Amino acid sequence: MPIHETSLIRPENLREHDSLDIDGVDVSGSWSTFIESRIVNDYNENLETEVAAFPGGSFIHRCWQCGACTNSCTVNAINPDFNPRYWIYLVRLGMEQELLRDKDIIWQCVSCHRCTHVCPRDVEPEGVMKALSLWLEAKGHTEKSHSQHFDEEFYNQVLETGKIEEGRLVRNYFARTSQPLMQNWLIQMVINMVKGLPILLLTRLGLSTLIRPKTRDWGKSKDSIKEYLEQRQAERSEVMQQVHQEDSK
Amino acid sequence: MSDTENLRDDLKTVAYYPGCALEGTGHAYNRSTKSIGKKLGLNLVEIENWNCCGAMEVKNIDPEIQNFLSVRNMSIAKHRMGLDVVMAPCNGCYHNLKKAEHDVTHREETRKTLKKLSQKSGLPEYQAGDVETIHALDWIKHAIGEENIAKKVKKSLSGLKIANYYGCMYTRPRHIFPEKDQGNGSESTTKPHFMDDLLKAAGAEIIEFPLKTACCGGAHTLSDCDTSTRLVLNILQAAETCGADVIATECPTCHSGLEMHQIRAEETLNVKTRPVMLYFTQLLGLAFGISARKLGIHENVSQSLGLLRNKGLA
Repeated sequence: MPIHETSLIRPENLREHDSLDIDGVDVSGSWSTFIESRIVNDYNENLETEVAAFPGGSFIHRCWQCGACTNSCTVNAINPDFNPRYWIYLVRLGMEQELLRDKDIIWQCVSCHRCTHVCPRDVEPEGVMKALSLWLEAKGHTEKSHSQHFDEEFYNQVLETGKIEEGRLVRNYFARTSQPLMQNWLIQMVINMVKGLPILLLTRLGLSTLIRPKTRDWGKSKDSIKEYLEQRQAERSEVMQQVHQEDSK
Repeated sequence: MSDTENLRDDLKTVAYYPGCALEGTGHAYNRSTKSIGKKLGLNLVEIENWNCCGAMEVKNIDPEIQNFLSVRNMSIAKHRMGLDVVMAPCNGCYHNLKKAEHDVTHREETRKTLKKLSQKSGLPEYQAGDVETIHALDWIKHAIGEENIAKKVKKSLSGLKIANYYGCMYTRPRHIFPEKDQGNGSESTTKPHFMDDLLKAAGAEIIEFPLKTACCGGAHTLSDCDTSTRLVLNILQAAETCGADVIATECPTCHSGLEMHQIRAEETLNVKTRPVMLYFTQLLGLAFGISARKLGIHENVSQSLGLLRNKGLA
């Protein structure tokens, strides 16, 4: 019998014979459909520990698989493949290869916090999505996402001066991701913005891109943040290395 | 029922935390917030040497660093300036301060880390409850209240159809806002109404708007433009369908996201949408008779002066 819900089965797991005759009965095509059984033998037993070591991932172990996160998800509404509940499930089972099928969309979480709002177990799925995309980058599964470039540029500015200056942030981000700054919609926006501005404010805004806004008395905070982050990053890479050693045993 | 009995005197003077956006793209929000504060006799004392709250970005580098950024501001407000209430008009700043307060209250690990970081930075240690963080909406609502607003209205906003857009960070996640959803007219995390209340008191026609707390994609406003444009378009088209002329905003990131992607949708998808964006402080200011220029309405990317002139408001 043909399989109606083929959309639920991956095409590569469907087996059909173009021409097959069994005891004089023609069972070619969909009449001979079999579903290849899935055998998973490449578990990464440390997957949960690894993901939990990244910023935002620490509460993944609490998950109950109720699915409230996916149900409320903003991105899921526009892309049904974006499924936080399922990814948390895969991480907790250690099914790394399966997770990699969605590696290019995980970073697209828009941080609307709907999932964290409704989660009955305080998993903070929004943070888990961030941890997952950072983990994917650290493992070399994906390139640094645009979002991560933006975060790093942002953090560097805050660390340097205590504040951000949006013009510089946008310019540097576009340069980092080698995107053209001269896009029609951006130009149109700047035109609309500049149109009504008084000269004084324009000068002030222009100046602020040259003379960066700074938080006074920031030096000590900067040093302590820097030191703390170095420690945390060392801890994180230790977790990843330990896991690596166990793998090679 | 009279709301004047519940007004709070301690909000007459608050520590003001504008945040980075209000010195840049959200400059008009800064101006209009200060203007209406002055008009209403409220005193804003800017936090000395404040720093960025980390927005939606620094937490992805490390969540405790983000908490420290917020705690530094709160600690200065309390221990160096002696103020008990911090008012943040930006949803991002407001959210992060609230999140830090929540983590300091409930997480031993956070307390330890922040204690160390504060010591090394030469800051007084922040204790849970040292300051109360409020949003600009809480500030106007609880310091002035609807009845007094109605009394101060010089040019009623009547005839202006407004959809109120609150965005994500003002209400989510619920556990960092313990004062919300408490009944007795407190703010709701699912159907927020403070902006509705205030603008209604100023005479506006408030539209029933189902996407009050929908996401504008602000976190990826530049890093995933297509998704953001799609999410913003949802909001704009819903507002238009509901009959709104104006989308009132209370966050510089949402506001510039809506403006930016309204233009982007026009340029890249050829989809035009009608509503214009105005900060709720600009709308209240107009009602109080403050000039459009003083409220920075010409600074908005979204061009609303034509509409406001038609309605006799500018």
